[in-house]
Parts: sequence; structure tokens; C-alpha cells
Amino acid sequence: MPEQVIISARNLTKRFGHFTAVDTISFDVMRGEIFGFLGANGAGKTTAMRMLCGLLIPTSGEASVAGFDVYKHNEDIKKNIGYMSQKFSLYEDLTVKENMELYGGIYGKDKKYIKEKTASILKELHLEQEGDKLVKSLPLGWKQKLAFSVAIFHEPEIVFLDEPTGGVDPVTRREFWNLIYEAADKGITVFVTTHYMDEAEYCSRVSIMVDGKIEAMDTPAELRKQYQSASMDDVFLKLARKATRSE
Amino acid sequence: MRTLPFLLRKEFRQIFRDKAIVRMIFIMPLIQLMILPWAADYEIKNIKLSVSDHDHSPYSRQLVSKITSSGYFQLTGYTDSYEQSLEQVEKDEADLILEIPAGFEKTLIKEDESTLFIASNAINGVKGNLGSAYLRSIIQDFNREVRLEWIQMPRFSPQTQIEVTSSNWFNPLMNYKIFMVPGMLVLLLTMVATNLTAINIVKEKEIGTIEQINVTPVKKYHFILSKLIPFWVLGMIAMTLGFLVAYFVYGILPVGSYLTIYGFAAVYLFAVLGLGLLISTYASTQQQAMLISFFIMMVFVLLSGLYTSIDSMPEWAQWITRFNPVRYFIEVMRMVVLKGSGLADIKYHLLIITGFAVVLNSWAIFSYRKRS
Repeated sequence: MPEQVIISARNLTKRFGHFTAVDTISFDVMRGEIFGFLGANGAGKTTAMRMLCGLLIPTSGEASVAGFDVYKHNEDIKKNIGYMSQKFSLYEDLTVKENMELYGGIYGKDKKYIKEKTASILKELHLEQEGDKLVKSLPLGWKQKLAFSVAIFHEPEIVFLDEPTGGVDPVTRREFWNLIYEAADKGITVFVTTHYMDEAEYCSRVSIMVDGKIEAMDTPAELRKQYQSASMDDVFLKLARKATRSE
Repeated sequence: MRTLPFLLRKEFRQIFRDKAIVRMIFIMPLIQLMILPWAADYEIKNIKLSVSDHDHSPYSRQLVSKITSSGYFQLTGYTDSYEQSLEQVEKDEADLILEIPAGFEKTLIKEDESTLFIASNAINGVKGNLGSAYLRSIIQDFNREVRLEWIQMPRFSPQTQIEVTSSNWFNPLMNYKIFMVPGMLVLLLTMVATNLTAINIVKEKEIGTIEQINVTPVKKYHFILSKLIPFWVLGMIAMTLGFLVAYFVYGILPVGSYLTIYGFAAVYLFAVLGLGLLISTYASTQQQAMLISFFIMMVFVLLSGLYTSIDSMPEWAQWITRFNPVRYFIEVMRMVVLKGSGLADIKYHLLIITGFAVVLNSWAIFSYRKRS
């Protein structure tokens, strides 16, 4: 299968008043990739991601996601993507199963699909016993994994993850990445922001954003070579030190 | 349309899982409806009266006993001087002073006329005004009785007299509760519906779940309907409970038809739910939403005609009340409950409230954005 561009951005820009949050960024993401979108706090990662998801209107530039234009066909984009925001956003006062039913229903899945998919996810996460518990009663690590599973419940082409592993322990993070790999194996393209540099090593390709611009973009191995660093951590520090703005 | 049932199921589950909301919808209005009408009484009772009697005659005592037996007054002082009585007013022990001059009885018999002096504490203007009016009518009554006593019904009345008799239509006993309860029901319904919708949506904004919804292909109007319908249903149930209280506690049954009221309420609820929706699109935290809706409610209540008659407001205030949906429902309630008005009589109100519903909801849908 030839490589196929699934997300493309050309000179994408977002300004809030005089502040340029995202400054003419351009990149392509290929189908099936795990694309790491790195940057310090306030670098503009979330803003860029929100434009691609159809939550923000870009100020200028072009972008298409899953073949749809971000300006004109943002509602079509939404049918083909999953999204997990920084804020934990499952309904805490609904049970695990009810959340899945809701999102399945929103994406137009039928009862049979919802039932089967729910059962298989719960099995995969070893949460068969927790299906009827309210989400708020679960520990954070479980909630994160659950939120990810709900984001790809409707089997989208792309899933956007905005700092999905914030605040969870290393073991859970490792498990979380196993889920990401499984999703990628199924052909789902993963677009993930993070500032854990060990996680960057797991990505097929990463871009590093500094002050709204993409400063570097390649595979982790190439970047280490290019910046003569032993780890992604070093690469990141070398680049991020140039930053002039902070949160 | 397939997504709407899923969204509705979610809303109903969340509402009934939240004990505070259930309490707010059902228990709070009922309790308020059982307590408030007793307190919000137009009639002034327990007026504290201090009498300074310089006469100490049978007539003066007769007059005082007639006043106290009327039930409106409470004799808190029976003094010998006006100063003493005034002191009682200053200490807030008396609202009214009745001064009976020395020789009151004598002049009344001899000269066929006599004077009394009434002084009222006007800090609470309504109480002072009504108090002296009551007192005056009791004294007039007393006057008539006294005359009857010594002139055996004159064959030719020395002066022409106009006797006024009045009958109170639609509320013959002037029972203020019949007047207040339906109006209060409207207020409670309005507050519950507006607040709940506003807070519900703003809560989703705060938690961040609304962003998760915005990133799905959910249609704007599906989402908004999923917020309106549950609270519409709950509003109807709350109103039904209110009518049960009105009947079982106050014995109020509408002279007109419940159907007319429910028909109007169905449209009215959409109007006030739309208002809640609108508030939620402008507020980003629950505090903001509460504050905005509190402010709006305050204006709505005071300009609704529930406590004060709209006809006696200044021109400009009357004009403002036209933009108050609460005013129309209170009018309709009173028309249907007290007068038995039918659909034809309230068609003008219905039209206006439909306008409110359309404008508020369109405005809310317009300003609700899935992306910014």
C-alpha cells in the first residue's frame, strides 16, 4: 500500500488578537502513523490540534483531515475522527457502559454494534466487572484508558489525543501506549501531543513546536542523530531552550 | 434523528441521578408553595394601636372596644397623654395613635359633632395608610351607631346619604390566596426551568464534556433539543404537583379548563427554557450563570404584576413589563383560574409567548457555537 497523506497542513495559522498561537505550520501525517506532536506548555500544540478537529476556525492557511477541508467540511471531519481532550471528559455520572452507548449512538452506530463493541472493549481492558459502575468511581488510570477506548469506539480513521497520559503513573502510561499501538495496528492514525519525552520515542514520527512554529520534524532516531543527542529529552531541551514565551 | 434518543436517555439518567436536582425540581417548589402564600398577605393585620384617651367616658370606651373587636388592631397602649403614645411609636410599640379629646362624649351629644385625632407611623407606608383607613371606617361605623341610638330613625333624613354596596366579582371573599397561589406557581416554574437549563449546560462547559460533544458530528439542534425536552417534561410535572398543592392545601380549582393552562404552559416552558439556554451560551461558569439568571429573575418577579398591580406602575415600567414573559403567564393563570377564560380570551397572550419562545430559542441556537 503506497503511503497516503491523511492529515495535511499548509501555513496553518491561528491568531488570538495580537497573539499568534500557531504560526504558519506545515506538515503531513501518513495513514497508520503514530505522529507525536511535541512542545512545551503554551507552544501551541492544543490550538493546532483543535483547528484540525474542527473546534477552532484557523485564521489563515490550509488544512485537510481525512480528505476534508477544515474550513468548509468540518462536520464531515468530525465523523471520521476520535478526540480525547486534556480534560478528562467522559460523563462521570454515567456508567462505563452508558458512556459507550452514548458515544456509539452519537456516531450513528446501531444497538448490535454498541453491544458487541462494549463487550469487547471491557474484555480487552479487563473491566468486565466495572461495566455498570459510575465512571467517577474508577481510578484515574482506568478512566484514561476508558476515555481512549471511547474515543475510538466508532472506529475512526484518525484519533487525536491531547496529552492523554497527564497525571498517570508510569505503569499505566506503558499500558496506555500498548492501547495506542493496538489502535495503530488496526489502521487508526494516531495524532498525539505529549511532553513526556520517553513517549516521543514510541512515535513513528515527531514534530517539535516552539513558540507556535514547528522547529523540527522527523523520526525520533533521525532527530537524535541530527541534534547529536543521546535521547529525545536532549533534543527537546536543545530546541525548547530557544523559546521566548511561556504560559 | 437517530442520535436524539441517545442524547435524551443520557440527560434523563443524569438528572435522576443528581439528588440535588430532583430536590430542586419537586420538593423545593412544593414547600415554597405551601409556605409563601401565607406570608405574602396583602391584608394588614395586627396593627399596633395606642389610644390616648383624655375623655374616659362610656363612649370613648365603647369606641375602643369596637376598634379592638374588629380583629385588625392590637391595643398596645392606653395612655393619658399624646406624648406617652408618641413615645410608644418611637419605640416601635405602636403603629397608630388615636387621640380622644377630653369632653369627646359631651360635645358629641351637645353639639352633635366631635373630633378625633389619628396619627400614623408612616415608615411602613402601606401599613400606616391602610391602618388609618381601617380606623376611619370603624369610627364612621361607630358614628352611625351612636346616632341611631339617640335619634330613632328619622322619618325624614336630615341629609341625603349615598350608601355604597359593593360586590367582588371572581373572588367574592377577596381571598388573596386564590390570587397569589397561581401566580407563585408561575414564578416557581420559571425559576426552576431557567436555572436548571442554564446550569446544566454551563456545567458541561466547566467539566469539558461539551468539547467532547462538539467534536462529534452531533447536530446543534439535536444537542439543544436534548437539553430542552427533559426540562420541559420536568416543568410540566412540577406544575402538576403545584396544582395538586393548590387544590389540596388551598382548595383552588380553576374556573376555566386545565387544558387551557397546560396548553399555554407548554409554549411558555419553551420560552423560559430558551432563556436558560441563552444564558448558558453567554456564561462560562456556573457562578456567572447563577448571577445572570438571579438578576433577570429579580426583574421578572418585580415587574410581573404578582405583588404589585401593573396598572399602577409608571408608564415606562408598564412598557418594560411587556418584555417579561412571566407577566403574560401570570395574567393567563389569573384569567383562567379566577375568571374561567378560555383559549379565545388568551389568544393574544399565547401569540406573544410563542414569539418569546421563537426569538429566545433562535437566538440561543444562533449563539451556540460548535467551534470558535
